[in-house]
Amino acid sequence: MSARYFGAAVARVEDPRLLAGRGRYVDDAVLPGMLHAAFVRASMAHGRIRNIDASDAKGMPGVVAIYTMADFAGIAQGAMPPMAPHPLLPTPITYHPLAVEEVCHVGEAIAIVLADDRATAEDAAAAVLLDIEELPAVADAVLAWKAGAPRVHSKRPSNIAASLKAGFSDCDAVFAKADHVLTERFDIHRGGCHSMECRGVVASVDPHSGVLTLSTSSQSPYMVRRHLATYLGRDESEIRVMTPDVGGGFGPKANVYPEEFAVALAAIKTGRPVKWIEDRQEHFVATTQQRGQVWTLDVAFDNDGRMRAIRGHCIHDNGAYAPYGLILPATALASFPGPYALEALDLTIDVVLTNLVPTSPVRGACRPNAAFLLERLADRIARHLGIDRQQVRRRSFVRADQMPYSTGMKARDGSPISYDSGDYIAALDLVLDKIGAAGFEARRAAAADRGKLLGLGIASCVEDTGLGPFEGASVRVTPAGKVVVSTGASSQGQGHRTAFAQIAADALGVELNDVMVETADTSRFPLGMSTIASRIAVTAGSSVELAAQKVRAKAIAFASHKLEVGEQDLELEGGAVRVKGVPGMNVSLSEIARTLAGNVGISLPGGMEPDLAATAYFNSTALTFAYGANACEVEIDPETGDVRVVRYVVVHDCGKLINPLIVDGQIRGGVVHGIGNALFERMIYDEAGQPLTTTYADYFLPLASEMPPIEIHHVETPSPRNPIGVKGAGEGGTIPAAACVISAVENALGSNAPFIHLHPISPQQVVKWLERTASAAKA
Amino acid sequence: MKAPPFQYHRPHTREELGALLASLDNAKILAGGQSLMPMLNLRVLAPDHLIDINRVPELAGIRETVDGIEIGAMTRQADILASPIIQARLPLLARALEHVGHIQTRSRGTIGGSCCHLDPSAEQPAICAALDAEFVATGPNGRRVIPAADWFQGLLQSALEDQEFLEALRFKPWAKGHGYGFAEYARRHGDFAISGAAALLEVDGRGQITRTALLVFGVEPAPRRLYDAEAALVGQIIREIALAPIIDAARALDPMEDVHVTADYRRHLAGILIGRALREACSSLERSQ
Amino acid sequence: MTGKHLTFTLNGEPRETSADPRTHLADFLRYGLGLTGTHVGCEHGVCGACTVIVDGVPVRSCLMLAVQIDCCTVETVEGLANGDELSPLQQAFSTHHGLQCGFCTPGMLMTLEALLRATPSPTEHDIRMAISGNICRCTGYQGIVEAALAAAAVRTSTP
Repeated sequence: MSARYFGAAVARVEDPRLLAGRGRYVDDAVLPGMLHAAFVRASMAHGRIRNIDASDAKGMPGVVAIYTMADFAGIAQGAMPPMAPHPLLPTPITYHPLAVEEVCHVGEAIAIVLADDRATAEDAAAAVLLDIEELPAVADAVLAWKAGAPRVHSKRPSNIAASLKAGFSDCDAVFAKADHVLTERFDIHRGGCHSMECRGVVASVDPHSGVLTLSTSSQSPYMVRRHLATYLGRDESEIRVMTPDVGGGFGPKANVYPEEFAVALAAIKTGRPVKWIEDRQEHFVATTQQRGQVWTLDVAFDNDGRMRAIRGHCIHDNGAYAPYGLILPATALASFPGPYALEALDLTIDVVLTNLVPTSPVRGACRPNAAFLLERLADRIARHLGIDRQQVRRRSFVRADQMPYSTGMKARDGSPISYDSGDYIAALDLVLDKIGAAGFEARRAAAADRGKLLGLGIASCVEDTGLGPFEGASVRVTPAGKVVVSTGASSQGQGHRTAFAQIAADALGVELNDVMVETADTSRFPLGMSTIASRIAVTAGSSVELAAQKVRAKAIAFASHKLEVGEQDLELEGGAVRVKGVPGMNVSLSEIARTLAGNVGISLPGGMEPDLAATAYFNSTALTFAYGANACEVEIDPETGDVRVVRYVVVHDCGKLINPLIVDGQIRGGVVHGIGNALFERMIYDEAGQPLTTTYADYFLPLASEMPPIEIHHVETPSPRNPIGVKGAGEGGTIPAAACVISAVENALGSNAPFIHLHPISPQQVVKWLERTASAAKA
Repeated sequence: MKAPPFQYHRPHTREELGALLASLDNAKILAGGQSLMPMLNLRVLAPDHLIDINRVPELAGIRETVDGIEIGAMTRQADILASPIIQARLPLLARALEHVGHIQTRSRGTIGGSCCHLDPSAEQPAICAALDAEFVATGPNGRRVIPAADWFQGLLQSALEDQEFLEALRFKPWAKGHGYGFAEYARRHGDFAISGAAALLEVDGRGQITRTALLVFGVEPAPRRLYDAEAALVGQIIREIALAPIIDAARALDPMEDVHVTADYRRHLAGILIGRALREACSSLERSQ
Repeated sequence: MTGKHLTFTLNGEPRETSADPRTHLADFLRYGLGLTGTHVGCEHGVCGACTVIVDGVPVRSCLMLAVQIDCCTVETVEGLANGDELSPLQQAFSTHHGLQCGFCTPGMLMTLEALLRATPSPTEHDIRMAISGNICRCTGYQGIVEAALAAAAVRTSTP
């Protein structure tokens, strides 16, 4: 096989359609007789529902129905099934499709209004009279964690949903012998996620087959099918879930949401197609958010800066429900010890409920938190010892000669976590070289002449990718000689169709545009998991390779039989199996496919199985670890406190690159997301749990005007853990970015400035820190 | 969210507009729509009637008059920004407009709309206050001219009466070659400023300041002229300005707080920004001489 | 659809229809006319996904009422390509990976189309300022900026 496409920066096959305005997103669907839904939502963070009076609203022109959970009693009832059951959560904390009795955060859906158009549905939703007794709410995880705090759910005895522990070796013994011990408290703020397309779902029931069909803007169509089937007591074959073009996911769309269930129930109840498109106001109060954690960490280290052990405790703001179980806090723990070779680790996370929008993984899940904590600690140690930040890292990293390296941690199934490959010191060296660290002090002095403070930040990370158990793919050659790849992996802009087509085209010796890729339609492919955790290139990409290789082998076997040539003398090229070195002696894939499609009464040659097709599931039994070293420069205006990232350099190793264009795009987008987390994005609630930043004028997403160019250098260490040598790339940009930016800000503020233990930071904080530093210097 | 229902009216003349305003209850005027439309889409407002004044040609345009410049209330921000007349004679307005929104909002947004909405952080009403603009309002009792000092009645509150509409803004340009400076700080390009400042200067042949305007905005509910500081500045030599009292004056205001920003930080910024605006005004003066 | 009667030009074609007064232009294009290329990302005038060109200038179509395009010329993303042949700007977006999920893309394209008409040779700074009213969560903006620079070069070199 010659790699003509694998590794090449080919333009995406998705692009022409999307660029011409011919994308098909969920809101673009129009079905005959379709109703439009709007939700009546809780306006307070905690309350007991006494009465819902929809009588006036139901009579408004254009309104077809208004349902509460009670109206669905004949179809289904109870709370939704948990997406990721966990033994520490014996009673799942999941939503009802529509709230019954109690609402636990602002925005929780209470009733669904169906009307001829969305505006009318909203008119009626506003006219539904709610009688809700307000209950005490708690909007801060630290407060909710304390004894005596108001209860987030009146029926749950404690706001602490679970306590997770992780670690290895005897931590206290290492601390007892350590040269130095420091303690720091960290506050990582909750933010939103904000794919540019909000969520949305269209549900309909086929009047002939009775099949319930959902088109949903989801990262997890197969999970939607599985849980909906459970909830409705139906067989999965009676439910079809598909994802059309999805306008960004980044994590929150991996959840199965109450609105998806409510819309499905409404379609069943009315017998008419129902569309619900989340608007941005709903997105702020009903789509999961991210990352809020407060940590207290002790670190033990040597005189030379080598990190030896970390112990500590975290209060994790889980929001009002745990639809995704404990995946987010568990990911935070699993992300330790990062790139560092620790002797011991001892961590506890208390998963705390609050009367806020639930949290679930957002780009990086809690890996950015772990990177922030570890990189901040590395910088803190350097400050304490008065040594260079990079020395702490060099002395503490897992070394290349230690690979594969067992960290001491255990994966979710109990197996030991082991890093497959990587050279973290080399990556750091490279990024320092590329950003010109040697010349930094000269640049800092030049900036000072302009009245600006320049800072250099560094941050490294390791990222577990390719989470199991599997995705699958089938590859089929049609009688016309076209290749159809089908997989359960859903796509939200990652260019899967292109990447999979590149893999299949190489394996089968066809052109890229001869390959058609179908993704994420449960009626086209039997099984799928979710597009999360930077896992699709590894799992689905490998499956495409395995399936395509099976098809290739079958085509060669066929040709060998037909041409009476040994298999070793055959190759695939130009859509045909050819005899090496004998031009004109070949059999086309089209002919093979036509023959294997069968003709009545004629046996297949060589007793072959019908169809030039194969299915494969790559079982990802061990994670594969991408890693990176980042460096950036920030420029601070000491008068306004404005922080601007002026340069950003990424060194990244995600194994072999299927398409460098796509990987670079993933990394750049991820870095900007991380810069947003460090400097801009702040989801603010008041003490009663009312969200205060619910427009894009108040919630600051990063804009082109403030973002730097991002320079990327790839190191390609092929992963030994899958047939195509890849590691995931979806989150590697985000994971170290906030840590890197904050490191640079602290560096710019100078060695006397306060240690920065939080993000996002604000200009007014920067001004205060500078004032404090100046007054300390005077004193 | 979708806007609540309303009745839509589209007058073509000032007279039709006046008649509609006189006859309709709970009506809102739709100018460029860059503030009103979001409020409708968020259902913050639910007027019974919307009077779209985008097709009243008399309300738009930039005219040089005998004693100054008149800008129609419905003149788009993009058109003001691109106007050679404005660039030459009201350079401070052009300078500030670079900071107003984005190209897609300046193409629709109007100076009159901004001056009637009166967001405390808005640049255009602030510049009107700095330039002592006059607001020409028309109502059932005819036309009246409201000086800038009277236009600002509080947070989001102009001097416009119920049935009045803003017809135009009149400016008396400062002397040719005057100094102008503008500074603001926002988290991101195009955002409403956390605070901002503007400065205007005229000097005589010896470099002595003969006239000045100093203004901060985004700090209090309405733009604020620093009249005492202005008086103290007149007579000073441009190269020897005593900046400290001016910064103190800007910091003596009573700043607003919001979810993002403390009063202290606004106070701090007001001082920084008035200094920057004044320095910019000085250097523009030097460039022009 | 009931409501106010309108005549306008859409992507070069004269159109005559009517619109409910409260329907904003983005919804009207999408649901009234079936032109779903224009996307709605925030509906309060910040994200820029709904940007279209009206009478030659870029506007946020969620901040205009459909009834306001009476007698106007409207251009949407569907009008950029010549049949199946993408415009130089669209082509450059693909070459420079200026799009991922594609949701903000129509708004980006219309903003940059307007920019390149008014400013044929923009600097990187000009481009970043022009698209500062368009939010993209996928790309980090760099591919978009590179695409716009490349498209400007193509457009100025071909008459």
